[in-house]
Amino acid sequence: MTALELRDLNKAFGGLRVTVTVNLAVEPGERRLIIGPNGAGKTTLFNLVTGELRADSGRIMLFGRDLTGIAARRRTHLGLARTYQIITLFPGETLARNITLSLLGLSHLRWNPLVRLNGQRDLLDQAHEALVRVGLEHLADRPVAQTSYGERRRVEIAMALAQNPKVLLLDEPFAGLSVEERRDVLSMISSIPRDVTIVMIEHDMDVALEFAERITVLHFGQVIVEGTRAEVVQHPRTREIYLGD
Amino acid sequence: MKRLALAIALLLLATVPYWIGNSYYINVATQILIYAVLALGLNVLVGYAGLVTLGHASLFGIAAYAGATLINAGQNQIVVAIGALLATLAATAIFALLALRGTGLGFVMITVALGQIVWGIAYRWISLTNGDNGMSISTRPSPFGLSLASADAFYWATLVVFLSAVGAMAIFVASPFGAAVRGTRDQPRRMTALGYNVWLTRFLAFLFSGFWSGVAGLLYLYYNQFVSPQTVALSASAEALLMVIAGGTATLLGPIAGAALVIVMKDVASAYIERWNFVLGAIFVLIVVFMPEGLVPGSVRLWRWGISLLRPQAPRVLQREDSR
Repeated sequence: MTALELRDLNKAFGGLRVTVTVNLAVEPGERRLIIGPNGAGKTTLFNLVTGELRADSGRIMLFGRDLTGIAARRRTHLGLARTYQIITLFPGETLARNITLSLLGLSHLRWNPLVRLNGQRDLLDQAHEALVRVGLEHLADRPVAQTSYGERRRVEIAMALAQNPKVLLLDEPFAGLSVEERRDVLSMISSIPRDVTIVMIEHDMDVALEFAERITVLHFGQVIVEGTRAEVVQHPRTREIYLGD
Repeated sequence: MKRLALAIALLLLATVPYWIGNSYYINVATQILIYAVLALGLNVLVGYAGLVTLGHASLFGIAAYAGATLINAGQNQIVVAIGALLATLAATAIFALLALRGTGLGFVMITVALGQIVWGIAYRWISLTNGDNGMSISTRPSPFGLSLASADAFYWATLVVFLSAVGAMAIFVASPFGAAVRGTRDQPRRMTALGYNVWLTRFLAFLFSGFWSGVAGLLYLYYNQFVSPQTVALSASAEALLMVIAGGTATLLGPIAGAALVIVMKDVASAYIERWNFVLGAIFVLIVVFMPEGLVPGSVRLWRWGISLLRPQAPRVLQREDSR
């Protein structure tokens, strides 16, 4: 069974077609990279998958389950998690609280107005574990507003990972990072176990290339080339569109 | 330290009738507590959910009008209290359903419009609300057979309700649901992606806010034994909003301080200064200029700054030792 499947997906903003009959099949455990120049419709594709945008036509399947008519928040409960290209954290809260909010999203506890959140030991322990996973446990009690950009990138990923997703969507996790930070984030992403299927968007091909098993090239909303790393890199269309040869 | 401060505050509040003595000022204290309950309720929406509303006096007033109607129909006090609060919750649900279609400016404008509708009904639907003459009730209730006719007794009854409201707020703020409400204020999009139902979270916060506004409205009716369209006017909603903003949004003590400020200016300062509205306006301007975060958080900041000035300057001492 495919982990994530898109069938004939279409989306237009007025006259601008941002997703044009996209077909995509990601196998369980796969590391898929979606590349394409700015404006290729990569983030739009993620927004369609997560349900933040509604597709004009086509289907989205998660492990054989049709997500097309399901609300965005329900899709999270079905095992979909994402990170944002533009960091979307709770700046006034501590790192631990950010992760706790992420864990709470999948827990019935989120409706409880009577207990103390700080008294929920196993929730706090899980949040701590998630921070250990990204190497930020020493900053657990620091507000996000007082952390560096690279650290925030890792909190983004920790929040998504904390939800134990089946399919993880990473939207440009290397954007704005220094060479060193990129290496750290890459090794962190590489250490994610295989029961998580990962789809990553990146427009800088060099960084993410070694991570990917299969690569999809998107251009003006269309899938131009798809294949293994070597196939895509060698493909004349890739070089023409993407590398600008 | 914190517990000590809390105990002293409780002791001071409980003994107000003894150290104030004068029943006029005890009534001022009662009014402060009533409006503090309203401001605390409003703060759930404005401060924690980030939804600014200018229609909250209508919810406050609906509770008062519903209570007066039920009392004048000869219902017993328990039916009156429950009925008035249910009516307020129903009205709040309608407000929320309509207003939550938008956020930001759209939300504010819908609450203004709904508030004006309630005001119009209070003013014009004379068979229901007695129009401009307002509605009176003959006596205050006497829960458990205790008479609340005196200023002291009514103050203590109000204090009990006020403390319940503060307790409810403290529990709400520390709860997972409270954290979720603040999350929908800061990052609604992210909250949806994390699996939260943002709309329902806001709706429930609105109901919680409306409930305490209704409680305050009922107290207001018992206190004045009278309610008129003035109670649900836009200016009353604005006043409640100013209490929250001046005191400090999304803080526990801010709305209480804001309510105290407005009521003291209105009831006490107005006896000495004819243009008390002008003074109140000037105070708001000063708050906005020097403590844009509100009276309570602003005072805390100034206090810390003051203490840091008083402390011996450690770095300079070190420098001197270095040069030696």
